[in-house]
Amino acid sequence: MGKKLLMKGNEALAEAAIRAGVKGYFGYPITPQSELLEYMATNLDSRGGVFLQAESEVAAINMVYGASGTGTRVMTSTSSPGFSLMQEGISYMACAELPCLLVNVVRGGPGLGTIQPSQGDYFQAVKGGGHGDYKLIVLAPNSVQEMADLVYLGFDLTDKYRNPVLILADGALGQMMESVEFPEYNVEEHFVDHSSWTTVGRENGREQHYITSLHLLSEKMEEINVHLQDKYKKIQENETRFESIQTEDADILIVAFGLSSRSSQKALELAREQGLKVGILRPITLFPFPSDELKHLANSVKGILVVEMNAGQMVEDVRLAVGSNVPVDFYGRMGGMIPQPDEIVDKIKDLYKQVKI
Amino acid sequence: METTREGIVCNNLDQMDVVFDRTEVLHDTPTSYCPGCSHSVVHRLIMEVIEELGILGDTIGVAPVGCSVFAYHFMNVDMQQAAHGRATAVATGIKRVLPDKIVYTYQGDGDLAAIGTAETIHTINRGENIVMIFINNGIYGMTGGQMAPTTLEGDVTSTTPHGRDTLIQGHAIKITEMAAIMDGAYYVTRQAVNSAKTVRKCKKAIKQAFQNQIDGKIGTNFVEVVSNCPSGWKMTPIEANKKIDEQVLDYYPLGDLKTPPKGA
Ligand SMILES: Cc1ncc(C[n+]2csc(CCOP(=O)(O)OP(=O)(O)O)c2C)c(N)n1
Ligand code: SF4
Ligand SMILES: [Mg+2]
Repeated sequence: MGKKLLMKGNEALAEAAIRAGVKGYFGYPITPQSELLEYMATNLDSRGGVFLQAESEVAAINMVYGASGTGTRVMTSTSSPGFSLMQEGISYMACAELPCLLVNVVRGGPGLGTIQPSQGDYFQAVKGGGHGDYKLIVLAPNSVQEMADLVYLGFDLTDKYRNPVLILADGALGQMMESVEFPEYNVEEHFVDHSSWTTVGRENGREQHYITSLHLLSEKMEEINVHLQDKYKKIQENETRFESIQTEDADILIVAFGLSSRSSQKALELAREQGLKVGILRPITLFPFPSDELKHLANSVKGILVVEMNAGQMVEDVRLAVGSNVPVDFYGRMGGMIPQPDEIVDKIKDLYKQVKI
Repeated sequence: METTREGIVCNNLDQMDVVFDRTEVLHDTPTSYCPGCSHSVVHRLIMEVIEELGILGDTIGVAPVGCSVFAYHFMNVDMQQAAHGRATAVATGIKRVLPDKIVYTYQGDGDLAAIGTAETIHTINRGENIVMIFINNGIYGMTGGQMAPTTLEGDVTSTTPHGRDTLIQGHAIKITEMAAIMDGAYYVTRQAVNSAKTVRKCKKAIKQAFQNQIDGKIGTNFVEVVSNCPSGWKMTPIEANKKIDEQVLDYYPLGDLKTPPKGA
């Protein structure tokens, strides 16, 4: 580990990407992620990569597509409206199995919405987002430290599975300053050889490589889909990550990711002071979702409270995982509002009454 | 008796001179293009140029969405298939991370001058060091003959059943003229392939465009090819090529629109 630095989440993420050997960054300004773009503009060229401000997010994601097709470690970042514009390109990349790191520093929507933090893009992130059956690997940091750590993991996973990886942050994580330590990361050791499929010119007359997402024959297109689904299954089996906090003796389990897990952590402390046995399950990967762990915890807890900064999106996946084994309640704030710890505690007390412990 | 590669039976093949042969850079496969379609001709010209310049090992092409969406099945070059209109953004991504490689895009008029207009303009404005080949056939061939941004006034298509009315559908776009006024453009030319003479000229222009990129000239090389679409125009190839001479070239005159200053 290096020394501790005080940094904004957006900057920590950008710095981590440069240390992880990113060679191409293509992006377009939008609050609250612009510091990330600006950090790349200032630092990437002098540290061995290429920075380019695109004319739109549509262009940016297609530049990422092109660069990725050459086997270059490449990324983009944006915030919600920009991420919507990228969906077509992301769908193409998922089908063509092109590695890249995507970052969505989410703001409140729908529409132009607000520049304040939100988790309103959960569905878009984990259910595909663009057209067709595909999935992104979705990583959800909850601190500036994780804004950095998950970049390294993200690049490794995107190379390993040839699947786009998304870091789903939010405006607060992007803007807030915390101390961060950048782990040792040897780019060469993490190098994945993609030369069997990349388009770099038919050197020495080798056979043609081409990158496409077009397969007009239904049989072939189904084959591609089956392959993708097999890959997602493998990812589900091997890459699920979560954090459990005081779940051993918990009566009430909070499920929260990203920033809302920070409010929930505070709520847990307040509740425990009052003798309420509360635990937290924090998914770090939103796809793959820690459904098995939830199923397992549903055997021991009496009730589940899902806390999100949206109208209730991840709660659907929680309900899918636990079925009717245990009551699942939801508390959310929207439009850039952050659930407050005391509000969460009140909700926990309600749930206690409901489940009659 | 012997049979040529094209299947022509002939009794004195070994005594004949080869005056025309398919370049190895084209796949040995029938194309998906309609008989007489300009796409096939332009494919051949680009591939011949790549062979003649000896750049196959360094060249990456980008295919559009349109009739030429399967260009990589005909052009035996490393290629990427891009989303509709985004070919030059994809090419930008490639060229920026591999500046020493030779990168070209191949796009129809719907792709380049309608849905991809923003990418087209900004790629040229940045002076991306690539070759852009623009197949202007005045129609959406692939989707069955709808109006393109380049459809001439009065021309009937499936979405202009009474002919293009400029008061309603606007004017045939002059995107090549727009390219030529941009500082990022290095070489801008409009060519055709409707006769042996224009084909020869067109090949020269394509070769010049690639040579500029090889020479590291700063800026975009843009080659429009005024093309036909016999199927979409509901004409025979001969009629279609005649229409180009009689109508299309009046509106889209051939020639260089921007050439590098002498000595540049
Ligand atoms: C986003 C999107 N919109 C629409 C289409 C449907 N589409 C396919 S090809 C095409 C038009 C192509 O016309 P042009 O670029 O002129 O090429 P041509 O077939 O004439 O060579 C359209 C609209 C698509 N594939 N993707
Ligand atoms: S539809 Fe038109 S452009 Fe397409 S292959 Fe046929 S003739 Fe060519
Ligand atoms: Mg066309």
